[in-house]
Amino acid sequence: MQPDLFRIRRVVKETSDTFTLELMPVEAYYVHSFDPGQFNMLYVFGVGEIPISISGDPAHPERLIHTVRAVGAVTNAMNTLEVGDVVGVRGPYGTPWPVKAAKGHDVVFIAGGIGLAPLRSALYQILARREEYGKIVLLYGTRSPEDILYRRDLERLRSRFDLEVHVTVDYAGTRWQGNVGVVTKLIPKAPFDPTQALAMVCGPEVMMRFTAAELEKRGVSSDKIYLSLERNMKCAVGFCGHCQFGSKFICQDGPVFAYDQVRQWINRWEV
Amino acid sequence: MITVEEMISTHKFFQGMNPEHLHFIAGCASNVSVNSGDYIFHEGEPAEQFFMIRHGMVAIETHDLRKGPIRIQTIMEDNVLGWSWLFPPYKWQNDAHAMTLVRMTAFDGKCLREKCDADHNLGYELMKRFAGVLLEHLRATRLQAMNLYD
Repeated sequence: MQPDLFRIRRVVKETSDTFTLELMPVEAYYVHSFDPGQFNMLYVFGVGEIPISISGDPAHPERLIHTVRAVGAVTNAMNTLEVGDVVGVRGPYGTPWPVKAAKGHDVVFIAGGIGLAPLRSALYQILARREEYGKIVLLYGTRSPEDILYRRDLERLRSRFDLEVHVTVDYAGTRWQGNVGVVTKLIPKAPFDPTQALAMVCGPEVMMRFTAAELEKRGVSSDKIYLSLERNMKCAVGFCGHCQFGSKFICQDGPVFAYDQVRQWINRWEV
Repeated sequence: MITVEEMISTHKFFQGMNPEHLHFIAGCASNVSVNSGDYIFHEGEPAEQFFMIRHGMVAIETHDLRKGPIRIQTIMEDNVLGWSWLFPPYKWQNDAHAMTLVRMTAFDGKCLREKCDADHNLGYELMKRFAGVLLEHLRATRLQAMNLYD
C-alpha cells in the first residue's frame, strides 16, 4: 500500500477548472502497464489521496497521464503543483473497459464533462487496432465550448475518415457552430448499428443513467452498455468498504460495469 | 418532380399519417430556404408558421443584455421547428438563427388551425405529434437544467 514516487513532467491547463498531469517515475521500475479504464490513487503529500482514472495511452505506460478537475482539497492542492514536484502513485486498480470484447462491434463512446478522460485510453487502444472494429463513434457533451476537454485531440480525431466525432454543449455564444443540447440527443441519429454496437459511457451518474436509457431505446442491449462508476474510494483494494455499491465494491469489481450488472442500483438513490 | 405532399409524407414528423390528412396539410405548406446567418424568426414577432427542416441546422437563441445572444438548442433535419403558432398569443418565444443553409417546408399556422378546428381527427393527429415533440424538448430541457456534467 506504499505509493511509488512520480515526478511531474508536464502540466496542461485544459479548462478553467481542469488540468492534466504527465508523470514520470522517479525509479524506472515503478512503471506499471495499465488497461484502459483503470485508475490510480494519487497522493499529494501532506494533503491526501484520491482515485483518478488514467487517461493516457496504454501503449506508453512510462508516460502516466491523469486529467483532474479541481473540486476538493486534494485536487485543489494538486492544481498548485508544478513541473518537478513529486506525488505518490498507487495502482493501477480496477476493471478495464471491454476493449477486447468490443472487437467486431461498432463502438460508441459517450462522454459527459470530464468523463472523456477515462475513455481516452480505450479510444487510443481501439484506434491502434482500428481494422478490428466496426464503426467508431464518439459523442461528447459538456457545459459550454470553453469546457471542452482535449480540444486539440478532438479536432485531430474529427479530421480522420475512420471515426465520427460529435460534440454538443448546453449553451454557447453565436461563434459556436456545433450542436447545442444534451448528449443524449445525439444518440438517435448517431451512425452505428445498435444490434452490433458496444457502448462505453462515462460521465456523472445522472448523465450515464439517461444515456443508458437512450441507448436501450435505440436498440443497444444492456449487456453491451458499459459504464464507469465513481464512489468515495479510500483503500482501492476492497478492504475499507467506502465504495460499496449494492453488493459490489467499485474499486475492485469496477469501476467499469456492464449496465445490466448495476441497473438495479443505479436507478435508486441512497445506494 | 416531387410534390410537397410526397416530400412531407417521408419526413419523420408526418410518417404514418393518413393520406387524406397529409393532403389537407400539404395545402397549407410551401418550400422555403434560408441562408446561413439569417434569422428565420425573432422573439416577440407573430408566430404564424411552423417548419419541417429538410436540410441544415437551426440555432434557437435568446438574448442576455450582458452576454448577447446565447444558443440554447440546435435543431437539425428530421425535426420540426416552432410551436408558438399553436397557442395564444401566437408570438415567437425565442430567435431562430440559420447556422447553415437551411431548407424547410413552412406550414401556415392560421390555415392549419382552421383545418384542425373543422376536422378534429386531423387536429388530434397533429396535436399527438406535437405533444411528442414537446415532450422530447421538455426532457432535454430538464436534463440541461440539471447541469448534467457537473
